[in-house]
Amino acid sequence: MNRFVLPLVGFILMIGLLGYGLQLDPKLVPSPLIDKKAPAFSLAMLEQPSRQLATSDLIGQVWVLNVWASWCVSCRAEHEVITALANRNLVTVVGLNYKDEPADAERWLKQFGNPYATSVIDRDGRVGIDWGVYGVPETFVIGADGMIKYKHIGPVTHESLQQKIMPVLKELLG
Amino acid sequence: MKVIFIVFFLLLWLAPAQASIEAYQFESAEMEADYNQLVNELRCLVCQNQNLAGSDADLARDLRRETYEMLNEGKSQQQVIEFMVERYGDFVLYRPQFKSTTYLLWLGPFLLLLCVLVFLIRRLLSAAKPEVNAEAVARAKQILDSKEPNK
Repeated sequence: MNRFVLPLVGFILMIGLLGYGLQLDPKLVPSPLIDKKAPAFSLAMLEQPSRQLATSDLIGQVWVLNVWASWCVSCRAEHEVITALANRNLVTVVGLNYKDEPADAERWLKQFGNPYATSVIDRDGRVGIDWGVYGVPETFVIGADGMIKYKHIGPVTHESLQQKIMPVLKELLG
Repeated sequence: MKVIFIVFFLLLWLAPAQASIEAYQFESAEMEADYNQLVNELRCLVCQNQNLAGSDADLARDLRRETYEMLNEGKSQQQVIEFMVERYGDFVLYRPQFKSTTYLLWLGPFLLLLCVLVFLIRRLLSAAKPEVNAEAVARAKQILDSKEPNK
């Protein structure tokens, strides 16, 4: 009887480990940028390409950077959630228009509505690389100190807004 | 007929050559070797089981361009790797660095091997020298002695 105990314990441990592994989403890669300084950018605004928005302009306020593109299908799914967030007027919601045609992007905003305080143009995706973007949409929460506090990968749902993003924002806004 | 077959197979042979990805011009063979090594060892985050060299994803193309440009600027392989890890984390490396969080990853297999070796040696030693249960021998002897001889 005794000689079955050790293999059984090993088996249960293995099942536990594999079971835990099954709960994880392999598509979610933890960002090394959390609690680091938000990578600086200075980019032309989609609405007024002659004007630039820089990360330094936003120091001192809590803001959200939502990476979107008109070619991104799941951005449509999260559009209403981002709109709901922007409508609460809690934080500045900035859009990063990632690897998109500005004309397409403007048409997209006209069609679905524009939730963003402003969107900046990242035409060649270099700012996206600096921010570690690997799949659109992605959403970052940046604190008043200019540090990235949270990153959401994939479309934000009403649940993830309530359960993940709002608590972070509430803590930052005090 | 034969000629058509030959031409067909020759064309098949050409296909992979045409599917090659963007051609970069390298200043030196050394830089080219560095580039090839990097794009083979860096993971594409979009299609997670492919490296940058093998992926046709948009991001992979951008990261290849970034790798090429950094090498062209005279940056070292290590600097390119640091650039990628800063942005995408250790996950981007197919060959993880040896540091405190990856000790188990690197040393785990050897630990496991050591455990198995210890187990095996103990097992072999005990098999070579079978344990004799003195009590059982005494009882067997008693039974044999007490038994009446067969008639």
